[in-house]
Amino acid sequence: MSEVPTAVLMKGITKRFAGVVANSNIDFEVREGEIHALLGENGAGKTTLMNILYGIYRPDEGEIYIYGKKAHIHSPKDAIALGIGMVHQQFRLVQTHTVVENIVLGTGNGLRFEEEEVRQKIVDLAQRYSLAINPDARIWQLSAGEQQRVEILKALYRGAKILILDEPTSMLTPLEIKELLQTLRRMTEEGNTIIFITHKLDEVTAVSHRVTILRQGKVTAVLETAKTNKVQLANLMVGREVLFRLEKPSVERGSEVLRVEGLEALSDKGLIAVNNVSFTVHRGEILGIAGVAGNGQRELLEVIAGLRPATRGKIFINGVEATRSSIRERINMGMSYVPGERMTALVPNMSIAENMILKSYRTAPISKGAFIDRREMLNLAQRLIQEYEVITPGPEKPVKLLSGGNIQRALMARELSQQVDILVAAYPTSGLDVGAIETIWRILLSQRPLGKAILLVSDDLEEILTLSDRVAVMHNGEIMGIVEPKEENLEKIGLMMAGALKLEQEQWV
Amino acid sequence: MSVKVRIERRLEVSRTTQIGSILLSLLLSFVVIAVIFSFLGVNPLNAYRRILIGGFGSLYGLSESVAKSIPLLLAGAGLALSFKARVYNIGAEGQILLGAIVGGGIGLAWPDLPRGLLLPLMFLGGFLGGALWALIPALLKTRFRVDEVLTSLMLVYIASDLVRYLVYGPWRGAEQRGFPYSSPFSLSAQLPHLGTTRIHYPTLIVALLLTLAIYILLYYTKLGYEIRVVGENPAAGRYAGMSVERVILFVLVLSGGLAGLAGVGEVAGIHARLGPPEGISPGYGFTAIIVAWLARLNPLLTVLTAFFMGGLLVGGDAIQTALNLPSATIFIFNGVILFFIIAAEYLTNYRVKVEVVK
Repeated sequence: MSEVPTAVLMKGITKRFAGVVANSNIDFEVREGEIHALLGENGAGKTTLMNILYGIYRPDEGEIYIYGKKAHIHSPKDAIALGIGMVHQQFRLVQTHTVVENIVLGTGNGLRFEEEEVRQKIVDLAQRYSLAINPDARIWQLSAGEQQRVEILKALYRGAKILILDEPTSMLTPLEIKELLQTLRRMTEEGNTIIFITHKLDEVTAVSHRVTILRQGKVTAVLETAKTNKVQLANLMVGREVLFRLEKPSVERGSEVLRVEGLEALSDKGLIAVNNVSFTVHRGEILGIAGVAGNGQRELLEVIAGLRPATRGKIFINGVEATRSSIRERINMGMSYVPGERMTALVPNMSIAENMILKSYRTAPISKGAFIDRREMLNLAQRLIQEYEVITPGPEKPVKLLSGGNIQRALMARELSQQVDILVAAYPTSGLDVGAIETIWRILLSQRPLGKAILLVSDDLEEILTLSDRVAVMHNGEIMGIVEPKEENLEKIGLMMAGALKLEQEQWV
Repeated sequence: MSVKVRIERRLEVSRTTQIGSILLSLLLSFVVIAVIFSFLGVNPLNAYRRILIGGFGSLYGLSESVAKSIPLLLAGAGLALSFKARVYNIGAEGQILLGAIVGGGIGLAWPDLPRGLLLPLMFLGGFLGGALWALIPALLKTRFRVDEVLTSLMLVYIASDLVRYLVYGPWRGAEQRGFPYSSPFSLSAQLPHLGTTRIHYPTLIVALLLTLAIYILLYYTKLGYEIRVVGENPAAGRYAGMSVERVILFVLVLSGGLAGLAGVGEVAGIHARLGPPEGISPGYGFTAIIVAWLARLNPLLTVLTAFFMGGLLVGGDAIQTALNLPSATIFIFNGVILFFIIAAEYLTNYRVKVEVVK
């Protein structure tokens, strides 16, 4: 061990949620004065671990030491008293209050506060860490980056020496990100310790001293940032043990079903999220889009499904342009969409049967004039429940009573029961257990011989490699290349995911 | 040792829990109101007995309760539909008044038309009046995302003043000697009654049929399916290619139209003229909100809850005179009951667990 003292030591931390292990026997150590990146995919357990450190959750097992002393953190109040501060992904600020009021909120014990004194203290803090902010501005007037500075100041004002930042760059523009990283370096020079939760490799290499990588609730590695590279990090993060264990009979590639040309779209924040993307998907094939989460995959699928406008480029379904078509028109053109957030495609309080007709209620045999044929609806639901082995007491039960795997099976059943030519599936197995994952995989593969085209997005590389006929790699909104999912291409895929390699279009398969 | 209170979401809400929660909320309301009665120096048991007798204890009381339940049912069934889509039309009171203005206006303009033509025309006009009044918040919501709660409520006050302007101004009857009333309606502009009661039965029949129609619409038609999907999960509605805007427009306009019919029923069936807004509708549009929630937004159940609330209004009138209570007393009922229904709504969806932790 080096002689730098340890600021945070978490030993053997285990945390379970309703049977799911979010953190499994995690050891996590942060040295004083370092920027320590906590890297992992969505659902890897990063935020859970930090919520434990900040006292929001209590671990089922394990111990925490702060500056070498055993700590009992039962609430954020305890954490603050120990000098730990946390800036959450979603800011917790009162929009109509001023910066000063927000920072002071919850700190005093009297009814009044010495505004001038407090103000001066905040201005001093802001200056010391070069956090430019107008103390009298109201929160709603501030940009995301400025609001984040308020959150950081809030933590510092409460005396934080150890600062946890949960995905701090997700809401920021590139310039704001640069400023934030500078601030963080400045803070460590002042002796503060920073824990930086992220899934972005660039940020890890740009700012951290060391990095701990989590995968599925376990630590896969602890590395000195200077002694690693993006490719190694990507592999540790998404896992390398690719098992080509499902049988994938070869299917002749048919005619083109989906074509996108030079597609561009903006994120919710108005930044370019999809940048000049072009590809085609043919009958009988699965095109997988690999990439680290947050590189524009979600936005891309939303544009194709019609939920987000394209700012440039074209979309064709079966050769017919659909760039400006409504969602309903796209459904009629043969597109099916299984979104990443399943519950946006289902009505949890309504029955399984009523959910099964969400796309088909307008057409015969479900539709009968202005009415819905309830008998046909129940027949359809019964048939799909059997065919897709959805485990439920009956079609009249509400969807919210189903387990995650059964919900996804029901959703797949509905989407595939349509006259589908192209199925667009986002993260179809996220959050599911192994058995459910296998079922979903089999369902997807079974569509190839039927001549359907599938566009699959997943941040699970194993899934992409197992299912896809071709793999497109997305990084920073761009397609870096399209390759076959072969063992010898793994190196290339890793490099493309990290943004270190871009294939010429002529090399794409 | 400490006591820990946990709140959990209930996965399935059984019918018994639902009915139990309604009864419990009513019971709690009556307890709270009893306390208020005590403060007013009234024996609560005596007050309740008189309300019960006043509203339901005699043929006269019952007939009055039915008469008052007619506008409550028309407006309440419409609101149940609107609330089902999570569109919160709070302005049925204003839509009732607009129905009264347009329907009554038609009655005043063509007094000599035969009854079989004039009354349907008045109802049609009243429906359109209420519907158009509700179209304003509907358009503001769909075009500019303005909250319909505020706009529909504010329009109540505009509607009230519009009625006042008319009955104090251009529509004041020459023979009313300065009182704010229109001329009396001609006989063909008046609804027939059941015997000597004030039950204007054509409106009652229309109300019952429309309530049934709304139930069928909601649970058996494609449009009703869209209304329920959009109400439960607008994101899923949009995802399935439904037009959320169309649903919002439809439920607001239809609920406004039904409230408008109620307004016609009141002026053509009870007052036989237009008068000050408080006279046309003593808050039926607001009480209808409770009718809808008390029925848990089930249109068929609004038949029961409208009758119940109608009886409470009649009983409330009875104790005001008998016990010399202020006329606002009955509004306390409305407020307290609504408060407890909404609280009970929460308790039916969540379970509160109290644990002692050592």
